[in-house]
Amino acid sequence: MTPRKRLVGLGAFALASSLVLTACGGGGGGDDTGDGNSTGIVTVGNGEPQNPIIPTMTNETFGSKVTSNVFAGLVYYDAEGVVHNEVAESIESEDNKVWTITLKDGWTFSDGTPVTAQSFVDAWNYGAYAPNAQNLSYFFEPIEGFTDVQFAEDQLDKDGAPKEGEVPASETMSGLEAVSETELQVTLAQPESDFPLRLGYSAFYPLPESFHDDPEAFGEEPIGNGPYVLDTWEHNRLIELRPNDSYAGEREVQNGGVDLVAYTDEDSAYNDLLDGNLDIVTNVPASAFGTFEEELGDRAVNQPAAVIQVINVPEYVEGFQGEAGLLRRQAISMAIDRDQVTETVFSGSRTPATDFTSPVINGWSDDLEGNEVLDYNPEEAKRLWDEAEAIEPWGDEPLYIASNADSDHQSWIDPTCNGIRDTLGIDCEFDAYPTFDEFLDARDNEQIKGLFRGGWQADYPAMSNFLGPIYGTGAGSNDMGYSSEEFDAKLDEAAGESDPDAAIELYKEAQTILFQDLPGIPLWYNNATGGWSEAVDNVVFGWDSDPLLYQVTKSE
Amino acid sequence: MLWYLGRRLLQVIPVFLGATLLLYALVFLRPGDPVAGLGGERGLPEAVQQQIRAQFHLDQPFFVQYLYYLKGIFTFDLGDTFTGRPVAEVVVEALPITFQLALMALAIETIFGIGFGLFAGMRKGKFFDSSVLVLSLLLIALPTFVTGLVLQIVVGVRLDWLPVTAGRDPDFISLLMPAVVLATTSFAQILRLTRTSVIENVTADFVRTARAKGLSRDKVTSRHVLRNSLIPVVTFIGVDLGNLMTGSIVVEGIFNIRGVGGTLFEAIQRGESVTIVTMSTVIVLVYIVANLLVDLLYAVLDPRIRYA
Repeated sequence: MTPRKRLVGLGAFALASSLVLTACGGGGGGDDTGDGNSTGIVTVGNGEPQNPIIPTMTNETFGSKVTSNVFAGLVYYDAEGVVHNEVAESIESEDNKVWTITLKDGWTFSDGTPVTAQSFVDAWNYGAYAPNAQNLSYFFEPIEGFTDVQFAEDQLDKDGAPKEGEVPASETMSGLEAVSETELQVTLAQPESDFPLRLGYSAFYPLPESFHDDPEAFGEEPIGNGPYVLDTWEHNRLIELRPNDSYAGEREVQNGGVDLVAYTDEDSAYNDLLDGNLDIVTNVPASAFGTFEEELGDRAVNQPAAVIQVINVPEYVEGFQGEAGLLRRQAISMAIDRDQVTETVFSGSRTPATDFTSPVINGWSDDLEGNEVLDYNPEEAKRLWDEAEAIEPWGDEPLYIASNADSDHQSWIDPTCNGIRDTLGIDCEFDAYPTFDEFLDARDNEQIKGLFRGGWQADYPAMSNFLGPIYGTGAGSNDMGYSSEEFDAKLDEAAGESDPDAAIELYKEAQTILFQDLPGIPLWYNNATGGWSEAVDNVVFGWDSDPLLYQVTKSE
Repeated sequence: MLWYLGRRLLQVIPVFLGATLLLYALVFLRPGDPVAGLGGERGLPEAVQQQIRAQFHLDQPFFVQYLYYLKGIFTFDLGDTFTGRPVAEVVVEALPITFQLALMALAIETIFGIGFGLFAGMRKGKFFDSSVLVLSLLLIALPTFVTGLVLQIVVGVRLDWLPVTAGRDPDFISLLMPAVVLATTSFAQILRLTRTSVIENVTADFVRTARAKGLSRDKVTSRHVLRNSLIPVVTFIGVDLGNLMTGSIVVEGIFNIRGVGGTLFEAIQRGESVTIVTMSTVIVLVYIVANLLVDLLYAVLDPRIRYA
């Protein structure tokens, strides 16, 4: 694994510039960050955001590069995914259910209005209120009173759309209360020990009062409290972020600004980087996987990201049930040579999986009990398969692995299938769906004929994010229909555990249950692949595969 | 002439209605559920999905959706894209740059294609003629993504003569390389068309007569040979303008140009019917106008053709 720590001695540097910032605070716009050498504008390859710039709408990476820099939440994540208080002074709870959050003084939005407890309460209520149709509304589900801001069953027509003129019972969640200007009390429906970990995610950012007057206009010209302000947005071309003089947090801006340049094609961004027209690319095109580390040298990054790829086993598919089904799951997992596929197909831009989370997540492990099922072991795989055959023959049907074909999945499904074919002696086929939404359609309507591809990217750096939403009984992304009382109980226990280390041990134990049942077969972790030009320094890619833009330096 | 023009313009109406209906039907028949794909792997909350469906009338039967679309056209309010921007704005934004690119490519392929073709045709069988023929074969055989990527790496990255991409600042200089790439295939075709046509005309009776009259070689070439040779070429160029407007998806991708091709491609991937139909319809209209221009040009080139 490549060393992923490029921590830079920013302490004194940050302090010096913060003094200057205070001195000229409120002095109006200007590019001066206080350091004469690093006032250049850093250009970053990005794309057109898919939604208006409203934090609770932003569910994709083009938009989140804007929100994460224009807004500041209660906490922020450093490069390692460790949580630090940002607007919050403290986040405390005795029972993991009622959380008391106090805010620091002196925070304002870039329009000059103060950031208060009410800014959070109103923003979160807006995000959760069903008629506002916010993409990230489900993040507020754990908060008490969430169901009151959703449509009731009898308010929906037979298609599930709200009937004309119906509104939810309440506009606000009962679990949210602004006790004072600087104190926020959040009551959850049930204990969630990792609740503070989530608070740095986009859904939980505060919004100024002006947002509620005209959300649509705000989506074009957002006003935040983060290290940058959005200066101009030329659609499909360019987003200019400039330092926010009124920013009061620790993410001190070390450059003259950031230009997010929209690309439709990763190859053209990469060629611009080679030519020096672009400072940072956050996605190396597949065509350069084999060469980019050589071409860029120490200006390349290739480290595991918080993304895991799995092959899921739907419970409704015949042949994967009962004793024989379990043996088959194990056999298939052992028939896949993860090292070979990640090396030859992905040129090392994927890392073979050893658990159900990701190496960037605190608590990741490569020695979990039962994870030897992820090791390539053709003899054992064949033996297990034959054992399953003795219980119940598989028949002549090929084994299908379903996925969408509008992005490149054939490249790894074919060799994976070849491995299964050679090892187990059964036919294996890629069941290709032309578009992503057709694939989702089949998946959600339980029409998949065999196994199907699943990919999961963490929203916030916590183990729970990789487990509950996918493998919990009836969970939103549990498309396998997996249900294990033992696993659910373990997750509940972990959620109620107030000691973080003890909670991690419980999440590990929960994973050993998954290794026994194999509702999904972990394949590999995606790597964050990126690079930067000679013009910039201090480029560090964070746990979420995005560079920490505020600390990048560039001389003019 | 005016009567002819009016009649041709009136034909636009049924073509427009037919095209939009057909396109809308095609998009409607596209399998899958566009809203389901919006939230990535985990999908959007069901309530959110339903509200988006209602907003875009996706829960309505086909004909109702189409009528909503027509209503949108006639009230000049096409509604928003899935990303929340007005469709009209997106379409209007994408058109000028593609149009500029298409015109630049058209100019390049016309000037060089006709020039080289004429030169080669007048010297049939000579060295220049043969080498130009081989070159044109090569250009026709090379797909644009090969010429595009190679030029981008060589001229853009290695030699640093021209900008690598044109996304941020699409001016004349940065569009030059994409325009050349876009023009290559048609350039070769125009060259071959002109050459064949010239060879045919050089031996024609009217050229021999003109020469016998004592006209200078240059005048014979420009007034008689070239003018008569241009008719098939003009037909080709007219159709090609339409192709340039649509066929640039590949080139736009390579050079990061946000024009018609890229926008259309993204809209198709997302199943955004209003954008797809509007954009395609605009292209249909461009085709119609280009063809009309070609027909009018015939009369200029060949006095025997008259429109009444």
